[in-house]
Amino acid sequence: MRILPSGSRALLLEFDSLEDVLAQYAALQDADLPVLDIVPAGRTILVIGDRDADLRSLAGQLETIEPGEHSGHSGAPVEVPVRYDGEDLADAADALGCSTDELVRRHLEEQWTVAFCGFAPGFGYLAGTKFEWDTPRRESPRTKVPAGSLALAGEFTGVYPRESPGGWQLIGHALVDAFDLDRDPPALLAPGASVRFVESS
Amino acid sequence: MTTLTVVEAGALSTVQDFGRPGQAALGIGRSGACDRGAHRLANALVGNHPTLATIEVTLGGLALQTDEDVVVATTGARCPGVPHLAPFTLSAGETLRLGFPPAGLRTYLAVRGGVDVEPVLGSRASDILSGLGPPPLEAGATLPVGTSPRPEPGVDVAPVPEPSGDRLLVQVTPGPRRDWFDDAAWDLLTSQVYEVDSQSNRVGVRLTGDPLPRLREGELVSEGMVRGAIQIPPSGLPVLFLADHPVTGGYPVIAYVDDLDVDRCAQLRPGQEIRFTTTAVR
Repeated sequence: MRILPSGSRALLLEFDSLEDVLAQYAALQDADLPVLDIVPAGRTILVIGDRDADLRSLAGQLETIEPGEHSGHSGAPVEVPVRYDGEDLADAADALGCSTDELVRRHLEEQWTVAFCGFAPGFGYLAGTKFEWDTPRRESPRTKVPAGSLALAGEFTGVYPRESPGGWQLIGHALVDAFDLDRDPPALLAPGASVRFVESS
Repeated sequence: MTTLTVVEAGALSTVQDFGRPGQAALGIGRSGACDRGAHRLANALVGNHPTLATIEVTLGGLALQTDEDVVVATTGARCPGVPHLAPFTLSAGETLRLGFPPAGLRTYLAVRGGVDVEPVLGSRASDILSGLGPPPLEAGATLPVGTSPRPEPGVDVAPVPEPSGDRLLVQVTPGPRRDWFDDAAWDLLTSQVYEVDSQSNRVGVRLTGDPLPRLREGELVSEGMVRGAIQIPPSGLPVLFLADHPVTGGYPVIAYVDDLDVDRCAQLRPGQEIRFTTTAVR
């Protein structure tokens, strides 16, 4: 783990892999730290200190925290009902060198873990563990991706929580809201959670 | 219950408080007042707890009425037509009009008791990037006013520095991706005079000037950032993040402005000049 400067209130922790990020994120959530926010991402975790936190001593504390067990594979997975009827399903299958049926099968069999959230409230970046996913983004992003769209890009899959622009390949749609202000917590897919997609007719 | 009625909304007027800290891991940005110091002072002048909501007014233009006498105060950019940095009573039926400020960008209007709109995920802030929180004010909107158990502070006027239209000088420290740029690029960042672009908003201050060359090609894996981050997109022109910045970003952050100085940057107007320095300013 490398600690990088990130302004007067925060430190950026950098790791070699997403696995390392998830393990350290699990440990940081359990640690009693003077922090306002802990933000996991693909290779980093941003730790935002409390208003009065001394970054030097916070860095010292962070150095001593051993990586934890990331909860992704222990708890019951979140099941997300989906339909594989996206406009880019065939393109995405081509890019991955398989048939659309094969893509759907692999997507259903995959053990997904929410690596981090970003882009929009409740937009989770889900990484797999069984297959190699490397889906190119669309050459030209859509100006409007419908809410609920199930999509692939790079090593990740995700569900668009609301209508927004986006360049991911749309392979289907989810039959549950990824972000709902009337639900507690409003985000369906929180970092560290294990996720399974279930085909629904 | 006392209410405020928006007669004219101006270019952009929003309800703001200190935002939604602690939820960034779910993709929910902090948001809140762009100039936190001015928001805090406006509340203090009317005897509010600092976490109550104020109205952030961009380049004046807001006109309000009330159905009962209320104590209000404005801070930040000084708008002609209203007392500034001093609490005063707005009488029932009277119209309060904020003129166009000669310097600064954002004015904070506090009402005693706070703007009591329904909180969303613990905050009354309008986040223009995520769409969370109350929508920007429109003519005809009514805003409920809360109550404050605190005594009125008995302050006539708060003698604080006001935003100026002069070139702003702010200190920067190296950011996490300083090593994506060579020393010449760093020297360029910390010596040239940038101009604030008109596309700036609550997400960030966009700057124009000579572009910074990158040492490294390729994409950065998106990473978390806080306000004050100076991102360098492929254009080479810096974006200084304000309150509604995205939770994570994929462009390298070359430097950071100290959190306290971000308030001053939030008052920069399009066309105004800014220069970054590595030496202490305050």
